Amino acid sequence: MSTDPSVAISPVDERSGPMVRFEKVMKSYGSLVVLNDLDLEVARGEKVAIIGPSGSGKTTVLRMLMTLERIDRGMIFVDGEPLTSMNRNGELVASDAKHLRRMRGKIGMVFQHFNLFPHMSALKNCMEAPCTVLGLSKMEAEARGRELLSMVGLGDKLFHYPSQLSGGQQQRVAIARALAMRPKVMLFDEVTSALDPELVGEVLNVIRKIAAELDVTMLMVTHQMGFAKEFADRVCFFYGGRICEQGPPEKIFVSPENERTRQFLRACLEAT
Amino acid sequence: MAHRPLVVCAILAFTAGLVIASFAGFREFLPGLLEGALVTIEITVGGSVLAVICAFVAALSKMYGAWPVRGLAVIYIEVFRGTSALVQLFWLFFVLPRFGITLEPLTVAILALGLNVGAYGAEVVRGAVSAVPRGQWEATVALNMSRFQALRRIVLPQALVPMIPPWGNLFIELLKTTALVSLITISDLAFKAQEMNATTYRTVEIFSIVLVFYLAIAVLITVAMRSLEWFAARGLARGPAQ
Ligand SMILES: Nc1ncnc2c1ncn2[C@@H]1O[C@H](COP(=O)(O)OP(=O)(O)OP(=O)(O)O)[C@@H](O)[C@H]1O
Ligand SMILES: [Mg+2]
Repeated sequence: MSTDPSVAISPVDERSGPMVRFEKVMKSYGSLVVLNDLDLEVARGEKVAIIGPSGSGKTTVLRMLMTLERIDRGMIFVDGEPLTSMNRNGELVASDAKHLRRMRGKIGMVFQHFNLFPHMSALKNCMEAPCTVLGLSKMEAEARGRELLSMVGLGDKLFHYPSQLSGGQQQRVAIARALAMRPKVMLFDEVTSALDPELVGEVLNVIRKIAAELDVTMLMVTHQMGFAKEFADRVCFFYGGRICEQGPPEKIFVSPENERTRQFLRACLEAT
Repeated sequence: MAHRPLVVCAILAFTAGLVIASFAGFREFLPGLLEGALVTIEITVGGSVLAVICAFVAALSKMYGAWPVRGLAVIYIEVFRGTSALVQLFWLFFVLPRFGITLEPLTVAILALGLNVGAYGAEVVRGAVSAVPRGQWEATVALNMSRFQALRRIVLPQALVPMIPPWGNLFIELLKTTALVSLITISDLAFKAQEMNATTYRTVEIFSIVLVFYLAIAVLITVAMRSLEWFAARGLARGPAQ
């Protein structure tokens, strides 16, 4: 990991700067370069949609932010603080477990395949981490879980186990579970891709609702172009490990400049 | 319930043994055999408990320990899987006293068999834990849980149910291996059988009853494990809606 001493961490960054910042981030698997000098900034409260062809590194970006994947070079900042390195006596060193956990607390993630805990009810799924990680009492955690589950429209399914819920319901539980940790940044990785078409809408509605009611920054990888267009503040088109083109949805979807973006959108249009 | 036939089978086997024994006026050797059976059960239960403890400690150390701990776990598993239970028994019984450590024969038996089966059990535990989908671990990272919290609250509970049938096999294996302890002066079922045989010469009856006794204990283990699996699966995997 590069530790560029010129990257000063000014405390001013803390409140006013971008929520998430990638600086020349590099990631490869063996000889396959997945992300190539990626630069990306996401402002506080911004909703960014990430689109692009399969294998372009969209999932990898989210996984690196969630610290599920190491980065080879470059820096990631969250909330003004470096994520994978930390400041110790004015020097940048690789983050220790404590720093990583503090940083992870700012981020929540929802997965394509839900990854709910199968041995816990919907409510227990939402209470587990608030209890064990945040140290909330059972009562507080339960109140929080109930509130969030009714927010995602599952107030009547509190005691259902994941195997007793539809895909759309499971994904809504997963969203509530992530929100229960009160993250500042929410990551959504193709959260509707594993769902039957008629269940997609209920999950997207929940995401709309979160955006309207909560103050969170969102990064979402999606193949739902219609949703990206209507929902996102900005759309990033990934190609070959870089952001090939980005801008407000009106621009990307209506008058893209890059030939590759046009090709990709045309292919998407034909597929539907 | 699925294991009712087994329960019936165990009870039948046991009473059949008793009935045959008392009818034929087997009083001279039956009490001795029952005494031996009790010792065998004692060693089986003690060894099984120790095996489970050893297996979990070894498997989790091997998977998540720092390298010295991991090294110790690997050495333990390889040594106790790679050498015969009989030699382990002899070693603990005859060699340890040379280093000034003398243990009760019964302690040696439980220790040797527990450690031996624990080494196999470690692989059972490791297999079940690594079979928990990676997405479960990733969810715990995304929820900012520590590795220990993830293991204890999320991964192990899911690994327990698939672990139960192979553990049943190991316990029965342990039961059968207890016959070896007669070689370190313990009067278990196998030892008592030989003793009674030497004094009464009722070879056919004695060894048939011994066979039935071992079978009955094995069936009992199977029944216990099936019930455990049934309850665990109900409680952990897909509990009913309230
Ligand atoms: N653990 C891994 N080991 C090796 N290669 C990997 C690994 N994870 C991802 N890759 C490769 O990295 C590239 C980018 O993967 P990524 O999952 O980020 O793509 P994506 O843009 O999300 O694609 P999709 O739209 O299909 O989900 C792919 O070529 C993939 O094969
Ligand atoms: Mg992907």
